[in-house]
Amino acid sequence: MVRRIGIGVWSVIFVLLALVPVIEGNPTFTSIGVFTLIFMSSASAWNGFSGYSGYISLGNGVFYGTGAYALTVIALDAHMAPSGDIFWLVPLAGLIAAIIAVPFGFIALRVRRHTFVVITIAIFFVFQLLAYNFSFTGGSAGLLPPTPNWVGNTYNDPFYYVAFAVLVFTVLLFWGIRRSRFGLHLLAIRDDEDRARGLGVKVLRIKMLGFVLSAFVTGMGGAIFAFFIGQVYPQYAFDPVFGITVALMTFFGGIGTISGPLLGALLLEPIEQYLTIQYSVGSLYLIIYGALFLLVILFMPRGLVPTIGDWRRFVRVHLAQRREKVLPAKGDAVVGDDVAGDVPAVTTGMQ
Amino acid sequence: MTELLVVDGVSKAFGGVQALSGCSLTLSEGSIGGLIGPNGSGKTTLFNVITGYVRADSGQVSFKGKQVTGAKPDQIFGLGLGRTFQLTRIFSRLTVLENMLVATQQQESWLRSVARGSASAAEHERAMELLAFVGLTRLAESQAGILSYGQRKLLELAYVLISDPAVILLDEPAGGINPTLIEEIRSRIIELNKSGTTFLIVEHNMEFVMGLCDKVTVMDMGCAIVSGPPAEIRADARVLDAYLGSVEEADDDA
Amino acid sequence: MLLGIIDGILTGGVYALMASGLTLIFGVMEVISVAQGIFVILGAYLSYSLEAHFGIDLFLGLFITIPALFIVGIAVEWAFLRRLKAQERIAMSILVTYAVFLIIEGVLNIVYGTNYFALHAWYVTQSVELFGVYLSYIYIFGFLLAAGLLAALYVVLYRTRFGASVRAAMQDRTAASLVGVDVRRVSTITFGIGTAVTAAGGMIYGATNSFNANSAEDLISRLLVIVVLGGLGSIGGALAAAVLMLVIEDVVAVVWSPDWATVIFFLALVAVLSIRPVGLFGRQAARAQ
Repeated sequence: MVRRIGIGVWSVIFVLLALVPVIEGNPTFTSIGVFTLIFMSSASAWNGFSGYSGYISLGNGVFYGTGAYALTVIALDAHMAPSGDIFWLVPLAGLIAAIIAVPFGFIALRVRRHTFVVITIAIFFVFQLLAYNFSFTGGSAGLLPPTPNWVGNTYNDPFYYVAFAVLVFTVLLFWGIRRSRFGLHLLAIRDDEDRARGLGVKVLRIKMLGFVLSAFVTGMGGAIFAFFIGQVYPQYAFDPVFGITVALMTFFGGIGTISGPLLGALLLEPIEQYLTIQYSVGSLYLIIYGALFLLVILFMPRGLVPTIGDWRRFVRVHLAQRREKVLPAKGDAVVGDDVAGDVPAVTTGMQ
Repeated sequence: MTELLVVDGVSKAFGGVQALSGCSLTLSEGSIGGLIGPNGSGKTTLFNVITGYVRADSGQVSFKGKQVTGAKPDQIFGLGLGRTFQLTRIFSRLTVLENMLVATQQQESWLRSVARGSASAAEHERAMELLAFVGLTRLAESQAGILSYGQRKLLELAYVLISDPAVILLDEPAGGINPTLIEEIRSRIIELNKSGTTFLIVEHNMEFVMGLCDKVTVMDMGCAIVSGPPAEIRADARVLDAYLGSVEEADDDA
Repeated sequence: MLLGIIDGILTGGVYALMASGLTLIFGVMEVISVAQGIFVILGAYLSYSLEAHFGIDLFLGLFITIPALFIVGIAVEWAFLRRLKAQERIAMSILVTYAVFLIIEGVLNIVYGTNYFALHAWYVTQSVELFGVYLSYIYIFGFLLAAGLLAALYVVLYRTRFGASVRAAMQDRTAASLVGVDVRRVSTITFGIGTAVTAAGGMIYGATNSFNANSAEDLISRLLVIVVLGGLGSIGGALAAAVLMLVIEDVVAVVWSPDWATVIFFLALVAVLSIRPVGLFGRQAARAQ
């Protein structure tokens, strides 16, 4: 029942998201929208691997940066005209990020979980340094991808819709994975990897595939990002905060759930963008972000979505009990049915 | 009867500790074998070697006449040799039913697992059947983490069964659970054995082993010292020496 | 080349000190304190302020900054880490300490701005000849200080009752608590000690590098590499890995280029872990049940 309500609520949210540029054409607003959509995909992608498998990656910035550079370098090398055609490079950039994920995963996925976290950080810095040091990335001067000469208030709209399409693809992908046997195996790996292996689960391949799919989506996000802001620098494309941001969004919303990362990004990214615009120094934003992070982990360690589930259940049970007290005249069986019918449905819906 | 599982002269040392030294053992098809011995005599290590979780320093293991020495746990499981663990290992954040479905992918390529649901109708039905067999139907949709210790043992047995293994190794199936559940587990083992499943059981509960097994092997100091029918084992002086003399202590530990 | 080796050993000693705090914390608490990097920078800024405003010598200032960071560490442990549940403890600890990292970074940015700072003293500017190589005194003093503090840490761990409790908790938290070790208190104090060493590390870091709050990111990733390479929870491993890595990096920097030296630094970890997943000196996973 809750699952059905959840799908209903998300359908409404997605329809609203699709209509944002029509309803509110203000460029500041749609620009925040583009970033929000990119982070909704990226957080879902992070959750689709790290949340499902329990291998916490703080190096997803590698894929974001790779996607950003891939689109830029290809567009420049192919002398592409500054037009919407460049959007066709987005899936290609995702593919390149996915290819990068293969050797990355091959090294990182064979170590123990807590070592994995650290090795993702290390590999991330290797990539950032490479971006500084290689010549085809433009070094610290960065690169400027072709900027379309669209004018006026609708400049952001194509980016918005491409990001939206990527998001829809992402949600369907990870929703499908959650229901597939592959998804079941990822979750089994999270709970007891050795045991899953002993039951014939091909753990390395399963982890690898999850990692690669996550990289693909994140790379597409990075590509849109680069094209949208019209510049790539090592410190922004390979942003150390990226990896922790998608993790925070997922934890905030509820790790391991489909809605969690979407909700987390939908709530946090606009705040982040707003704070960045409002306080350009960014220091206050760091403090607010850190404090928020601490509050979430200490008071809702399971995240928003499961916590809301708890509250709903609490309120329902509570209400049902009160109704029982207030309306003793009504047949016991009816009230009993009500309680029995509602509560277990909520319980199952949460899992 | 043919010998389904043959362990020949297996040795394994952990640092300075010789956990197994030249241990040999056979298990006939359709039988229920028992493996007893004092704590630290190497029973669990032997299980780990047979099922590929630990690599032996020397010696050989063959299963269905095939060499499986040094094979990986998933390969051995794929050949039809399932096991449970002394401290049960279930997937605590999956539902009971999902636990059952983890082991159902034996006959397909791993890539196919992406393109399909978590279970076909037939697998789902079989999983529910086995849950009914161990009496966990009511809990199918619950998170496995809420199960009691005894229920975990039953679930672990059930999810191993789903791949229809020819042999199941049980590590202390009766350890730390109440007598009613022990009875339950015993009758399930007998029932499965009648339908053709071979068992090898490590257990400290003497009554359980002696009542259930066709053949009992006694281990001491990493070595199988004697094996035979329960009645013979009871009377063997070496066994009394190595083990039965300390049976009360062993029971306390378990 | 020789310069690279000497330089590597001397700075390696300082990194070893900072990394030993990190690995000690992990060993006892199963917590990866990502905040270690910003604590180092905090220590450096504190030394700077004491020197600039009160004219307190950098080394003397440590008598204030070490206790100060000890208290900061205890406060962080008490306020946040203690509240983490056993499940997903490592992942959660990374996120919590990262949040602490961000907050301190933000505060430091506001207080000190984002310009680069450097610590000043006569031993920073004057050099001495050693094996035919000219080195600033601070490198030698810093190394001696780090070696002294590591020795003190060794004495505490291996010659005191408290140290025995710490080592017991490193082996097995549950077992330690069963034999009467107050694991909570040991954890708090360990986190305090692990953090306090950054005061000394930060002072030396600040005297040998120019820094701002952002330097903490580079620093923590290096410290993590060292700790993982040495084997998480192994203090000896962290010492060896720190010296080894800094020597490699400094030699590459001298004979090739500083930019690629850093790449080599991180690639070394990748190379080692692909051969030995538990790190150079890490223990193999415990024997299966």
